[in-house]
Amino acid sequence: MISEEDVARVALLARLSITNEETKRLATQLSSVLGHFEHVSKVNTEGVEPMVTPTDIEGFWREDKVEGWKSAEAAMANAPEATGNLFKVPPVVG
Amino acid sequence: MDVLKTSLKEIRDGIRGKKFSSAEVTKAYLNQIEKWNGKLNAYITVNDQAVAAAAKADELIAKGEGGALAGVPIAIKDMFCTKGMRTTAGSKILENFVPPYSATVVERLEKAGMVSLGKTNQDEFAMGSSSETSAFGVGRNPWNLDYVPGGSSGGSAAAVAAGMAPASLGTDTGGSIRQPASFCGIVGIKPTYGRVSRYGIVAFASSLDQAGPMTKTVADAALVLEAMSGRDPRDSTTSAQPVPQWEQKISKNLKGLKVGLPKEYFSDRLQPETRAAVDRAIEVVKKAGAETVEVSLPLTEMAVPIYYLVCTSEASSNLARYDGVRFGFRADFSKKPAEDLAEFYCRTRGEGFGGEVKRRIILGTYALSSGYYDAYYKKACQVRRLLRQQFLDAFKQCDVMMSPVTTSPAFKLFERISDPLEMYLNDIYTTSANLVGIPGISVPAGFSGNKLPIGVQILASHFNEQALFNVGSVIEEGLAIKELPHGLQ
Repeated sequence: MISEEDVARVALLARLSITNEETKRLATQLSSVLGHFEHVSKVNTEGVEPMVTPTDIEGFWREDKVEGWKSAEAAMANAPEATGNLFKVPPVVG
Repeated sequence: MDVLKTSLKEIRDGIRGKKFSSAEVTKAYLNQIEKWNGKLNAYITVNDQAVAAAAKADELIAKGEGGALAGVPIAIKDMFCTKGMRTTAGSKILENFVPPYSATVVERLEKAGMVSLGKTNQDEFAMGSSSETSAFGVGRNPWNLDYVPGGSSGGSAAAVAAGMAPASLGTDTGGSIRQPASFCGIVGIKPTYGRVSRYGIVAFASSLDQAGPMTKTVADAALVLEAMSGRDPRDSTTSAQPVPQWEQKISKNLKGLKVGLPKEYFSDRLQPETRAAVDRAIEVVKKAGAETVEVSLPLTEMAVPIYYLVCTSEASSNLARYDGVRFGFRADFSKKPAEDLAEFYCRTRGEGFGGEVKRRIILGTYALSSGYYDAYYKKACQVRRLLRQQFLDAFKQCDVMMSPVTTSPAFKLFERISDPLEMYLNDIYTTSANLVGIPGISVPAGFSGNKLPIGVQILASHFNEQALFNVGSVIEEGLAIKELPHGLQ
């Protein structure tokens, strides 16, 4: 139901490199999972508003005031690579 | 003080009454961690500043200061950002991540006087039911080391069961607090969606994630949850509902209470031993004055499919942030540069994420992709609303519901990891509470023939955590676990 081509296409959409072996295994596993999920399509949902959050969001107001945050150094401290306060990335050919 | 037997409340009172100091208590737990963590792998990171923090708490207490949990040591699941302490979410992609800030929940508990013992093991990004998908090695069950502790908050559950912490924090997206609590013979509560701030908790599925305590007793869970709960300006989905003093208000008189038994939760798939444990808990609750009534939730069969469609869709979006640019793991491009930008992301994410996380990102991306969105994600959200309505209708006939937590007790390590569908179907009784947003608790209710704990689940309507603590306390008193974890001998 979900082919190896589908898996490869979606993996690229999700920016995930996967091996050929993983592609094969995922196609089998996800077909079985989605096969089991098939009966959801039989539920009558005509006119039902999709629910994206389980409780009513109350919403609240707060003053729009600037609060101090960390130093730039603290924000940069986890960067894989940085130059000063700039994130550094390796050169990309294409 | 015996770390295996002492409750959090006894520790709090003992520290207050100068029976022992926070430093002494903290050292006792660190000793137990030292002794057992090699076998159980419950902690990823142990706080090397814990004794210093405890000494500081003792100074405050001596001056008559300190909050509701002054000097009490607590373990924190590695999903919660802790300022200055590595936070991995059980993933290689965050193996070196040291957050510059703490989650609101952590801040609140620290303000209440908590001493952090460290960060506990879990399934990678909380995606799993067995603590086997952690990039830091599998966790084990203190009752039998050949069995899983459950998941995803398996390290938090094992730590409390094994006396490596008097209480811990977990997160629950589809059962990740309640299921490991059941497997390890402890108490675990997932509060109402919006009760607890999600700010600073590594995001998995934002409309389902909630944090909650895992403890030895029901009263302990009430105490810790009180300190965690309430509106947070940094999480707009938190509620302004007042936070009751649950622990003080616990009442064991259940006269007139109506307990709903959802008939779909007692089907053939339920193992007889688990059924027997739930039946025993129901008898105890009846003796305390409650009446039972059969209720029906016909969409129960759909809960697992819609849960997995919703949670993977949200996860595929939430986990897009791990790009190897601003923080976290980056693949090595020094030998073989990326041909294009897509390859830069693909290699980093492909090497950084484990198998289960990749499987869920791909399923979620598929469910959201053009041509499939209506059939999968949108459909799941529609059925989710119908499921919520069924719960609201059922709660017109009862005050709480009682059910099993899982179909069977803990399973053996590596037994189910190769069959994702089998693993997912195990979440049948826990996922609905997250989809619908209601609170649920797991309380120990006995043992299986092979001496593994079995919990019972109690569910209540939105913001009625008090009912869970009341019913839970009655079950706890009636079916108290007196044995200590057999795996520790």
